[in-house]
Amino acid sequence: MSFAAIHIPDFIVQAVVRGEGALRERAVAIVEGTAPLWSVVAANRRAAQAGIELGMAKSQAAQFTGVEIRHRAPAQEKTTHEALLDLGWSVSPRVEDSTPDTIVLDLAGLSGLFGTEEKIAHEFAKRGSSLGLSARIAVAENIEVAILAARGLPGVTLIPPGEEAQRLRALPVHTLLPAPEILETLTRWGVETCGRLAALPVIQLSERLGQEGVRLHTLARGALVRSLVLAKPSDNFQEEMELDDSVEELESLSFVLGRLLDQLCKRLAARSLSARSIRMEFELERSFEKGLQLSAHTDQHKLLPRKFEKILALPVPIRDSKLLLKLVRLRLQSDPPPAAVIKIMLSAEADRVRTTQRGLFLPASPEPEKLELTMARLANLVGDANVGSPQLIDTHCPDAIRMERFRLAQEAAGGRRKKPSAPGGAPAEKNSSALRIAKPANGFRLLRPSVPARVELHDGLPVRVFFYGARGEIVAASGPWRTSGEWWQDPWDQAEWDVEVRFSASAQKNKRASNPAGERGLYLIYYDLRQHGWFLRGMYD
Amino acid sequence: MRSNLATLRSDVELSLAGRVVSPFGYRDRKSVETVLTGIPEIDALAGGFPRGALTEICGPPCSGRTTVLLSALASRTAEAEVCALIDARDSFDPRSAEAAGVELRQLLWVRCRGLEQSLRAADLVIQGGGFGFIALDLSDVAPETVRHVPLNAWFRFRRAVEDTSTVLLVLEQESNAKTCASLVLRMSMKGAKWSGAGENVNDPTSVINTVGISRHSHKFVAHELLAHGCLQHAGLPHARLLDGSDVQAEMLHTRMQSINFQQTQRGFQQAQNGPVSIERHFAGRDFANSSDGFERSDTQSFSAQSVWSYLHALPVEAKLK
Repeated sequence: MSFAAIHIPDFIVQAVVRGEGALRERAVAIVEGTAPLWSVVAANRRAAQAGIELGMAKSQAAQFTGVEIRHRAPAQEKTTHEALLDLGWSVSPRVEDSTPDTIVLDLAGLSGLFGTEEKIAHEFAKRGSSLGLSARIAVAENIEVAILAARGLPGVTLIPPGEEAQRLRALPVHTLLPAPEILETLTRWGVETCGRLAALPVIQLSERLGQEGVRLHTLARGALVRSLVLAKPSDNFQEEMELDDSVEELESLSFVLGRLLDQLCKRLAARSLSARSIRMEFELERSFEKGLQLSAHTDQHKLLPRKFEKILALPVPIRDSKLLLKLVRLRLQSDPPPAAVIKIMLSAEADRVRTTQRGLFLPASPEPEKLELTMARLANLVGDANVGSPQLIDTHCPDAIRMERFRLAQEAAGGRRKKPSAPGGAPAEKNSSALRIAKPANGFRLLRPSVPARVELHDGLPVRVFFYGARGEIVAASGPWRTSGEWWQDPWDQAEWDVEVRFSASAQKNKRASNPAGERGLYLIYYDLRQHGWFLRGMYD
Repeated sequence: MRSNLATLRSDVELSLAGRVVSPFGYRDRKSVETVLTGIPEIDALAGGFPRGALTEICGPPCSGRTTVLLSALASRTAEAEVCALIDARDSFDPRSAEAAGVELRQLLWVRCRGLEQSLRAADLVIQGGGFGFIALDLSDVAPETVRHVPLNAWFRFRRAVEDTSTVLLVLEQESNAKTCASLVLRMSMKGAKWSGAGENVNDPTSVINTVGISRHSHKFVAHELLAHGCLQHAGLPHARLLDGSDVQAEMLHTRMQSINFQQTQRGFQQAQNGPVSIERHFAGRDFANSSDGFERSDTQSFSAQSVWSYLHALPVEAKLK
């Protein structure tokens, strides 16, 4: 049974560099503390070579040319740790979460999938690189030996059974992570490597350093055996980033969002999952001036919200970061954050990857991902409420409809699409109002809102009508057809007439911009008994 | 002269080499697939609406354009195709559409406010791709406004649907797409049909007050009563019902000959070989008894029925629902 340990060296630096790809080849120092007492807490190898030391003040570190200084980002360390776990779970279901910068995996049963242990280790390195992590990997039959080797030895290390003590001999003793006072004691004694510690007599060591000393001794010999403590796979996919400066423009925000989405999608891909929805949370900058303006306008002392949240629900699971960025941008264009953003958090609700099989004989339909993008763009253009499929409301109120989100039939049916009717165009079974008729049904065009009209009556019958600046003679009429209802909430009470109108020659010449009158036409007019006025509801076209 | 022409021809062929195959060679236009409109008369007239092409339906208000649109939508949604309607003036009536047989769940309705918005929306939907039927309804936009749409916009639409299976239908009051349209139909109303007869005499005591009953329902009741002679229709305005209208469709221009061309009444079968693209412009003439035995006409008339009229034709069980 073999175990692989994956360790992220300079974890604090890599967490920051993962969010800023351009820093990958640069000397980077991370500072922490409260202003103005910032001091260097981590530095990569290039920065160390340039002369940066831990504990150095920020002002001192700034004097070194070519060294990028960044503030510590606990949020990004958290997401980097989660990315490391996702890397482990992408290969093996048995993963131990040892420390924030180290995980251990059980390699049992993986040889059939990936081959030899060396190939498995290199596969880890490759996948880690795709997630933006530069990792050290060590494979051994002992968990602690693998962890120590990953911490202390660069690249990929394979330790055959029986060679644990030999391979650990040269490692510095601080690799064992002893308590500071024990490390100080060992340093004073001149015990600088694991080999020297392993050579000490264990009884005398226990007398001086206690049980902790014995444990370190056993570790240094590679003899400490324990079981793997399994971590439970998490469904939490979250990426966050604190911005150094507040950002107000959508373009600049898009750049950061794109990076976060990219990282999120890579983590999802590593676990063979996709995003069902994306939740965006923006922490906003508290602006004193804007807060004052708001209170002056509303006569209320009200502070701007601290957070701005948006949820992007997807019709199908998606993990294309470019498409997700387009959808996020369109959503934010229509409803941008009210103030400058200082922190962004994206979380994805994970779901299994969509699998659908299209029928050979079904007509083509839009790709769900493309359709979602089209719908988002249309919503941006005409408004959310004006795009969708119309559904009739079960009421007799005229023009009682609601707009529902347009979904493809196969997505609504859970991946199965209804077969079309027999060739020849026989319609499928529908509700009772969708009827098969020999002759086509007369189309009707509604006017929204209804147009006020003037109607002349003779003996209670409409004989002349005026609308759109034109006058027409009513040559035939049917009505009145009374309709009313919903007295309890939004009542209506109307008397409708179907009329055939013949317009005069002068009316035909009077072509208004909205609806020029033709020679004659069939219209629906009504008298509103509540408003006491005539209106034109629409025309039969 | 001949040597100059030959030199010029070879120069053109050389410069287009690698980009255009045989620039001077005759190319047959490929056959165009068409879809049924749901109105047999229009299918007989034009062969249906062509896929991958732009079709215009023009006419004044109340001329039957919406009837053709709803019939086409019903026909396409019955075939499980995804349809889109870009409504420039938000005048689509879902109730009459559902009554006409349109499956509303298969229809993406984009409610626009104006010509510019509707053109942009149409562009987005066409570029999105995958729709079997896209209708751009500019019927209520003033013709002088639509005239200002540049020709390259229509050309762009036509190019976007070319080589796809999308039917692009534009409804307007006048034809504007010129040669970008593969088929142009002009609609006009020939007359309205009313059931019942007699003068309109007002009798306030006989107003049917149908509180809470839909317009269709109470008109259907009146139709039933009329049909069974239970209502004295002479002199009662509510005894008269709008039964429908007679509509005429005139084919102004077509660019294709459909491979789904239906048999004419004479049973003439369209040959399937050889070049099949014929550009025909009609100037209001009938082409009856032509030399190839084809009976062609550039106009066809059909009747559209009001919703409550065909309710009458249903069996009792359906009426009770």
